[in-house]
Amino acid sequence: MTDTTAGIPRRPSKALEFVKGILLLRESIVGMIGAFLVLFWLFVAIFANVIAPFNPNQPLVPLAAPGTEFVAAATQQVASKPASEVCSQIYENGTATDQYDCGTFWLGTDHIGRDILSRIIFGSRTVLIYAPLATFCAYFVGVPMGLAAGYRRGMTDGILSFIANVILSFPVLVLYVIIIAFFGASAFNIVVAVTFASAPGIMRIVRGLVLDLRNREYVFAAETRGEPGWRIMLIEILPNARGPLIVDSCVRVGYVIITIGVLGFLGLGLPPPNPDWGGMINETRQMAMTFPHMTVFPCIAISSLVLGFNLLADGMREVSLRD
Amino acid sequence: MASQKVDYQGPILECKNLCISYFTRAGEIPAVVDFNLTLNQGDSVGLVGESGCGKSTVAMAIMQYMGGNGGIVGGQVIYKGQDLAKLSNEELRRLRGNEISMVYQEPMASLNPSMTLGRQLMEVPLCHEDVTEKEAWERASQMLADVKLPDPERVMKSYPHQISGGQQQRVVIAMALLSNPSLLLLDEPTTALDVTVEAGIVELIGDIAGRFNTSMIYISHNLGLILATCDRVNVMYSGVVVESGTVKEVFDKMRHPYTKGLFGCIPLPSANKNARPLVPIRGQLPLPHERPPGCFFGPRCDFFQEGTCNVGSLHMREVPDEQNHTVRCERWKEIDWASYKPVGLSTEVIEKGDEVLSINQMKKYYELTDNSIAALLKGDRVRYVKANESISFKARESQTVAIVGESGCGKSTFAKVMMGLETATDGEVVFNGSDVSNFPVQQRAPDLIGSMQMVFQNPFDTLNPSHTVGSQLARVIRKFGVESEPDRIENRVMELLDLVKLPRDFARRRPRQLSGGQKQRVGIARAFAGNPSLVVADEPVSALDVSVQAAVTGLLMDIQRTYRTTLLFISHDLSLVRYLADRVVVMYLGHIVEQGQTDEVFAPPYHPYTEALLSAVPIADTSIKKKRIILEGNLPSVMNPPKGCAFNTRCPRKVGSICETDVPPHVEAAPGHVIACHIPIEELRQVDPVIVQTTAEGETVPAAE
Repeated sequence: MTDTTAGIPRRPSKALEFVKGILLLRESIVGMIGAFLVLFWLFVAIFANVIAPFNPNQPLVPLAAPGTEFVAAATQQVASKPASEVCSQIYENGTATDQYDCGTFWLGTDHIGRDILSRIIFGSRTVLIYAPLATFCAYFVGVPMGLAAGYRRGMTDGILSFIANVILSFPVLVLYVIIIAFFGASAFNIVVAVTFASAPGIMRIVRGLVLDLRNREYVFAAETRGEPGWRIMLIEILPNARGPLIVDSCVRVGYVIITIGVLGFLGLGLPPPNPDWGGMINETRQMAMTFPHMTVFPCIAISSLVLGFNLLADGMREVSLRD
Repeated sequence: MASQKVDYQGPILECKNLCISYFTRAGEIPAVVDFNLTLNQGDSVGLVGESGCGKSTVAMAIMQYMGGNGGIVGGQVIYKGQDLAKLSNEELRRLRGNEISMVYQEPMASLNPSMTLGRQLMEVPLCHEDVTEKEAWERASQMLADVKLPDPERVMKSYPHQISGGQQQRVVIAMALLSNPSLLLLDEPTTALDVTVEAGIVELIGDIAGRFNTSMIYISHNLGLILATCDRVNVMYSGVVVESGTVKEVFDKMRHPYTKGLFGCIPLPSANKNARPLVPIRGQLPLPHERPPGCFFGPRCDFFQEGTCNVGSLHMREVPDEQNHTVRCERWKEIDWASYKPVGLSTEVIEKGDEVLSINQMKKYYELTDNSIAALLKGDRVRYVKANESISFKARESQTVAIVGESGCGKSTFAKVMMGLETATDGEVVFNGSDVSNFPVQQRAPDLIGSMQMVFQNPFDTLNPSHTVGSQLARVIRKFGVESEPDRIENRVMELLDLVKLPRDFARRRPRQLSGGQKQRVGIARAFAGNPSLVVADEPVSALDVSVQAAVTGLLMDIQRTYRTTLLFISHDLSLVRYLADRVVVMYLGHIVEQGQTDEVFAPPYHPYTEALLSAVPIADTSIKKKRIILEGNLPSVMNPPKGCAFNTRCPRKVGSICETDVPPHVEAAPGHVIACHIPIEELRQVDPVIVQTTAEGETVPAAE
């Protein structure tokens, strides 16, 4: 497509190129499964209000088994009638005032009486906001460190690598416990803690990539033009490292999800009553032997989402390596 | 059970109508079509062609080593009567390394870095024959001596990284020969090596072929090497053999237009620049799935005839009265080569202007601090790598000065000092009146940076793969302050693309969509973006195919003519240097050993190193006789250069102990022609020329000037 008057061709759409890149993923079955799982949870998180049958924080019937039907006490008219009949009547007559009046506890309720399915659905929002956010912050810190260490080498590399090694040598969980216990549990502190613990690992990966890329001739060409260091790092080197970094970010989000879950499990997660998968497991674990449904379902939720990210990363790696 | 090499009567290898394809995401790509070859005992056949012609694919197919996505889709490979495709993996394993051996391009990649060379060599007889370890060791040592490696016992105990590239390749050849194979495949074995080292390996290969009576297939893109090593040659183009015959016939009486085109692209030292200019082949190599019907070379051929050349598929035609000379051309009988005078690159001589660059006694030493206790005690903590030592020469406007030397001679360091990536330790570099030797590039003004630019060696890496061509050129234009408004920058980008003869819509493409030659053109456009008065070209064409080399060289020369730029052309390709350059500077281990006008340097008196370099360059001309000078030994370490003359450890003309103690004086053989040698200049003048040409009458004359 050429604009013949000026002889200058039109720019092809960047969005089109992006979409074409995504569609390549179709070639990998593993990647497709991963993408499906991630998109599923994303969908759930976005439409949580519509999908969830109950209010996640409202205590209703404690310790109900999965599949129990429920009719709100206020609207229960005849105790002997089966709930389904009552519920359908309510809806037909249009007297149901609250959408949560009638429904089924598909996954049961916890010890306080909150519907587990609704808590899982709303909990996905928490996870899918904070995990990518924390990962992004970790990258925001780790990537410049890695770039500086890999490109400048020498003293800069020495100091940064030493700092990274010190942080990495801490047992991760201990590090989290120390930070959260010291600063208190809040969403912000969790993001900071995750950033602090993940950035050194990212720095190492980026540093490795940069050490290889800085020897390329186009970097040398940029140096002969007198380009400033920051420009070479950000514009010449970093875009060429994006492949492995994208794959790593997917895997890392998975790890962060587990981390947030663990923090929740340790009681250091988001304070209640926000539904948080890890917190759900923590609150209900004492009764796990007798009422397994309360712990198992949040576990499955965490596992499936992490698996989704991992498979997606695998798929992307597989596709990028193929001819 | 010792394997008996049955003395087979009949051809060792026969390839009949071989068709090989690769199966990729984009479908089936036919890599090689209709390949035929008959190899008898003791024959050596060359496969010559450019990248993408399928020659390495053929070698892999013979080894039945096609990899996951390649396969033989037609024809047969018959080794000593057996169809290789029908053999099981176990039987193939017994053949490989034992009867069929292969030598690859990169010696460092062919050797296992974590095993000693002795162990790797011994693996060959231990695997294939029933010998004891002691016998295997003896045979390996003996073979190392046969390939002329000094001190075989020490080499047996070393690791690959402890020996030089040339020695590694000799070890690989020794490994290939240890089991006395009947067939030896060599895939560009000397491409990664320096010219003088290459000459030694080429001589070795010729030697062993004779001694062991091994049949050989030699794959290369360099016609000069084929002339030196092979009896017969097959010229390949885009997956098919276009001409096949004995070396003498194909080189002297070529019939196929592509072969003629190939020879026209190569600068021969015997050729006068004006009588025989370089003729690039127009057009581009077709992609495998876009091959035209009929003759694949058709679109680029000057003799293309509609109806004859683009229908059906072509077969090999025999040339009568010649030993098995076949050519794949429908019109070969009609072509009259005598009257064919294609238009070559312009050889217009440009008038030189004033002095632009003056380098005086420039030294560049790198400091190495040894922090060990031993060094502290000995007192030599700081050691110097003497990369450049007293470099002095001058360059004028629109002159081309070639800097010639092998790896380790200091040319890259010299380029870095020029560009400002390093500062000189001593001496001065005066460019356009001001001394820039102490100004690193960060301190230089943008227009100074723009007026001194560089074209790089590796076209595949010279452009950033993540940005479009246009944006990279625009960046350079902005940086050098040539233009600042977006519209005018855009216009300038288009002008630059026109200058290097690339279509304008390349500005929107990413580098991965361009071929090597096209990328190098963009590299040249980038260097000329700031209207430079000096361009340093660091081996700009050595990574390109032969036909592309001619085109890109022509482009450089044209641009230089238009802009009157001074060109510093760093290269090891002496034939090209002879074609292009006005002045030549020869470097060895950081010193300039000879400099002068091109004609003066290429004729006696020579510095002994120049003489050895000239004799090492492979020349694809059957009428040339070269003196044989092989340099012994290795390049000395730059940290510990020899005292006195740097070349004395390897010099075939070493006079005596004066060479080891005194730095050689710079003697002027003619105004501007300086040689640094202890040998008296009169003696050097009496030396025979290295390259002599046998004319039609049978007399020998020095190669034409």
